[in-house]
Amino acid sequence: MPNYKIERNEKYHTGVLIGFGVLLVFLVLLPFWGDKSTMRLATEMAGYLALAVMWNLLAGYAGVMSIGQQAFVGVGGYTVFTLAGLWGVPLIPSILLAGLVAGLLAIPVGLILFRLNGAYFAIGSWVMAEIFLLLTAQSDYLGAGSGMSFPTAVAKSFGNSTERAALFWWIALAIVIAALLIAYLWLRSSRGLALTAMRDDEVAASGLGVNVMRNKLQVFLVASAVAGLVGAILFLGKLRISPTSAYDVNEWTANIIFIVVIGGLGRLEGAVVGTIIFFLLRGFLADFGSYYLIILGLIAIITMLKMPQGVWGLIYDKTQIELFPLKRKIVS
Amino acid sequence: MSELVNTIIQGILIGGLYALFAAGLSLVFGVMRVVNLAHGDLIVTGSFLAFTATSILGIHAALSVVFVLPLMALLGYSIQRAILNRTVGTNVLPPLLVTFGIAIILQNGLLQIFTADDRKLDFGNIEIASMQIGNISIGWYSILVFVCAIAIIAGLQFISYKTRIGRVLRATADDPEVAQVMGVDTRHTFSVAMAIAMVVCGISAVLFAAWTSFTPLSGPSRLLIAFEVVVIGGLGSIWGTLIGGLTLGVAQAFGGYLNPAWQMLAGHIAFIIILVLRPAGIFKGR
Repeated sequence: MPNYKIERNEKYHTGVLIGFGVLLVFLVLLPFWGDKSTMRLATEMAGYLALAVMWNLLAGYAGVMSIGQQAFVGVGGYTVFTLAGLWGVPLIPSILLAGLVAGLLAIPVGLILFRLNGAYFAIGSWVMAEIFLLLTAQSDYLGAGSGMSFPTAVAKSFGNSTERAALFWWIALAIVIAALLIAYLWLRSSRGLALTAMRDDEVAASGLGVNVMRNKLQVFLVASAVAGLVGAILFLGKLRISPTSAYDVNEWTANIIFIVVIGGLGRLEGAVVGTIIFFLLRGFLADFGSYYLIILGLIAIITMLKMPQGVWGLIYDKTQIELFPLKRKIVS
Repeated sequence: MSELVNTIIQGILIGGLYALFAAGLSLVFGVMRVVNLAHGDLIVTGSFLAFTATSILGIHAALSVVFVLPLMALLGYSIQRAILNRTVGTNVLPPLLVTFGIAIILQNGLLQIFTADDRKLDFGNIEIASMQIGNISIGWYSILVFVCAIAIIAGLQFISYKTRIGRVLRATADDPEVAQVMGVDTRHTFSVAMAIAMVVCGISAVLFAAWTSFTPLSGPSRLLIAFEVVVIGGLGSIWGTLIGGLTLGVAQAFGGYLNPAWQMLAGHIAFIIILVLRPAGIFKGR
């Protein structure tokens, strides 16, 4: 009986770890070398990256194609505005609670929507986000259709605008690192194997003892909680929230899908590469108005048809480098 | 009381139109197993084609179908042939993402050409004429729309069960590979299905464009309505689609009767309730 064991491609492990360490120090120290607008841009990038990592986990691994994650971004934003802005709850607990509320809401939403499979789930999740939008717009307490501004007095208690930008950046950095770690550890565990099996063939996976419904619900819960955290920190940065911006399908879902598809669906590195490409493109195309979105749409379609593995997939095929070693190889 | 009855009748009448929105989506899903996320934006594109035809040529809005329907058929056929056929038969993700991309392109393209202004087609006097039964008045335009909707749904039923192309479509829907072995050009069949769906969209686009105003960003709400109707009515049943349309129309009308701001919300909530109670829809599909 030969002995089998599972190996991972960890050839570059030490180098990658050192690289990440250096990068992390560099990013933590950003407020000491970057100005306010750099910090704001970095905060936004961190938020998008966290959303992309989670959407990748949903669609690329668990086979849950949600186009309704804006529901949870919006809930997170409104929760933090209510708790910190209206009720005077301290900042960090407010943000954590925003994630918690979004995550808890994902349970009933998931239980209802997982009755729809595949593509139907996608539109069902969008309907759910519309319901959230319409309900929020009905609430006078939350400023109804015109939304609300974050009270200036509370904002000032977090420091002046530069100090606030630094504080929000550190929180956003913590959120994105948490998202990456969760996704990485999840995918390395046996649950990650179950997710990949589900994505490839749901029926076969459940035949081998994978509880498909529970796995999907767990991923959906975590992804929605992260969306809540991201919504909380990004809208705090803007100091203003309204139903149409909070539950914007283009902003919080179309852009994220673009990032994941370009970077490489079903690859953790894909989200990182995609986020960088997205912000570069946005920077270059900012002056072109709606043409910018048309170009993004075209790039996404061409990528899907001609290069479905995405940019990181291409790099991987050429070099076999994995920054996050996830692939399992059985050796005897 | 008569106001409530009025509201419900309005709901039923617009329900016919909703069923038309859904018929196209359902046809495309039935044959290609693709949920077309650009469906709503294609309907809005049809409305803008009608708007352009009437404003450039100065013809009556109803006559614009002469231009809109062939253009929509062509658009549907080309999109399917050039783009979507490459994604058929893969897993669920590529067609969804590609149609989502098309939706974004259409929305922003329309925005670039027509700006975000509200537009509306003018059907003339028929829009305000109504018939009176006791305290209840029913607009002739709503009746016209409803009758058109029923006629088109009956026509679709006829095409799919009584004509050659209908048989080919159903065979391809059941099993594309076997259909291909029997000599069906499935790539062409898929494109024809999309063209037929787009003609139905074109008709509903013209009718709806006079019912209420539209902007380049109206697509998603049309898509969601079409989708809800398909789920409520059950897949693969054309008459189920009609029942789904009526259910959604009445739910919206009733919500709007209680509070004008609740109209869309009531429709979405009716959808969720039906989803929870009966996952397969009111009419059980295949």
